[in-house]
Amino acid sequence: MLQTFFNLEIVGAAWRIILAGLGNTVLLSLVVVPLGLLGGLALATLASVRNPWVRWPLMAWVDFFRAFPPLVLLIFLFAGLPFAGVELGGFACVCIAFFLNTGAYYGEILRAGVESVPTGQSEAARSTGLGRLQTMLFVVLPQAVRNVLPDLLSNTLEVVKLTSLGSVVAMPELLFQARQAQSLTYNPTPIVLAAAIYFLMLWPLVRLLSRLENRALAGRG
Amino acid sequence: MAAKPIAGSIVQARGIHKHFGALHVLKGVDLLLAERELVFVIGPSGSGKSTLLRCLNRLEEPSSGSVMVDGVDMLDARTDINHARQRIGMVFQSFNLYPHMTALGNVTLALRKVAGKTRNEADTLGHAALARVGLADRAGHTPGQLSGGQQQRVAIARAIALEPRVMLFDEPTSSLDPELVGSVLGVMRDLRESGMAMIVVSHEMGFARNAADRVVFMDEGAIVEEGTPAEIFERPVQERTRAFIGQIQRH
Amino acid sequence: MNSWERFVDAFFNVKVMAKYLPDIAYGMLVTVELAALVIAAGLVTGLALALVRSLGFRPLNLLIIFVVDLFRALPPLVIIVFIYFGLPAVDIAPSGFVSTWLSLTLVLMAFSEEIYWAGITSIAKGQWEAARSTGLSYGQTLMHVVLPQALRLTIPPLTNRTIAITKGTALGTVVAVSEILGMASSAVSNSYNPSPLTMGAIAYLILFFPMVIFGRWLETKMAWKR
Repeated sequence: MLQTFFNLEIVGAAWRIILAGLGNTVLLSLVVVPLGLLGGLALATLASVRNPWVRWPLMAWVDFFRAFPPLVLLIFLFAGLPFAGVELGGFACVCIAFFLNTGAYYGEILRAGVESVPTGQSEAARSTGLGRLQTMLFVVLPQAVRNVLPDLLSNTLEVVKLTSLGSVVAMPELLFQARQAQSLTYNPTPIVLAAAIYFLMLWPLVRLLSRLENRALAGRG
Repeated sequence: MAAKPIAGSIVQARGIHKHFGALHVLKGVDLLLAERELVFVIGPSGSGKSTLLRCLNRLEEPSSGSVMVDGVDMLDARTDINHARQRIGMVFQSFNLYPHMTALGNVTLALRKVAGKTRNEADTLGHAALARVGLADRAGHTPGQLSGGQQQRVAIARAIALEPRVMLFDEPTSSLDPELVGSVLGVMRDLRESGMAMIVVSHEMGFARNAADRVVFMDEGAIVEEGTPAEIFERPVQERTRAFIGQIQRH
Repeated sequence: MNSWERFVDAFFNVKVMAKYLPDIAYGMLVTVELAALVIAAGLVTGLALALVRSLGFRPLNLLIIFVVDLFRALPPLVIIVFIYFGLPAVDIAPSGFVSTWLSLTLVLMAFSEEIYWAGITSIAKGQWEAARSTGLSYGQTLMHVVLPQALRLTIPPLTNRTIAITKGTALGTVVAVSEILGMASSAVSNSYNPSPLTMGAIAYLILFFPMVIFGRWLETKMAWKR
């Protein structure tokens, strides 16, 4: 069993490939998490305008991308757009797909956070002469982020896990590299190794989250 | 001072000790309750009053000592504790009604699940219990639709519907608005007049004077002094009792 | 043909769409079937784990916590790939459908256990005490007093999480499950036209958009009741 799923010889042969994959997964996460946050921030800021003509289309936009499996979006960009003469390459496709998908999720979370801040806060800020955007940036958002921190972290965990979709469009991230190593060695050890790396990398975040979430639900009871 | 054994006592607790880690909360408490007797327990917060009550129905496990209720050894491993608890009604400071059930549902749950009544039997008994606490017309309301005083009376109905031999009250009026206290005390007085044996932990000194047979003063996990309401309130012997009585009478 | 016509011809080609409509419809059926099986198995096993955990048997609880953490930390696609490409090495060869179902079930089990558990622990201690003082047993208290309140609290987060995980049925296409995306992709390579992908996208929206709206509605409804 151990010979099959954790063959040390194979580990020795494959670790360089896997490690390169890990590096790319980290880099990819460092690109797509800020990208998604940026999209979410834009959505939440726009949604704070209490105008139904702005709010409803934004809600529809958010729900549209929350209803869409990210892989479908990615395949559409990667395999569909070239037919319209737009050839983007795996990396650009991943970036756009994540911007749209995770941006919608981050946007929904931040919007709930912004709405959790009492209106008295922005009224006080506006009364001291701060502009609409300044009020948002310096007064409302910091409180909003604190209120929805568990949800933001939880979504970030999901985004990092989602980077494994990059393997489908041949991005050389952790899962893709592990698959390559597996097909070269005819042994599942590289996949086990990749899974172990994902687990060790994300376990601290999972632990932290389960503490925060327990507290959040307890607060409602 | 040791309590004298009373013939026909319904509750006999002897040498109750309770430790919470390094904290020694009860230091050898003896408490006897006779049939039809009402014992009133007073004392500063943290004196172990509530813990003592909770040891009697084993919501807290005493570290040592013995508890007999209605002839049943509560600490014996062979005792069916769930069956024994039916005979000991308990009313809590924060009501603890089940928010997802109606008043009637709150009262009938244990009748059906523990006492083994059919739904019809349980409903009949439940309506009767609610009528006894003056809430016959509130059977279909959920706790959220009731005032604090009404909620606490439903909680009393939940306990008496099981026909307990003794009732334990843990600060039943402490979380009520002043104008709602009277209705709950009224129900407790009716219950006492019907002959129910009761142990009441509370700060309602007026109720104690009128209704209690005996007042027990506890401090730092032990019984300091006990006697009739007149003895404890007018002529306390111990210095600590005097200080406590003096303090609450200034308020 | 101007560029607009070229665009319509590529992505909304009526002839291609008509031809592959049955394929996409079949894919929808498979997606619904897979999703229903994942939801049923995931939510039930998650609840079972949370109930076992409430018994407070320490070694068992540490094991449950580890399993839950594991399947919360691993990307679903990694689990699918491991089951489908890895297990055959020990002569267990589950189909793509079973691999995807098993993976998503484990993930939903882990996430839902965590939510159920948070719900159970959030019920005030007084509820336990009141019920036990009337003679209800541990199990009866859990079933009749604690769980009904806990489950109600968990409905909104559970709904949203279930939708997010169920969308993962699209990952089945990587291991040749003939669900919507799989059917659409093969139709694209057969027809050399991306219109089936458009249809696939619409099919996903038909299935998941109402669920997302429902989740949003639940959230606001429950928020008012608080």
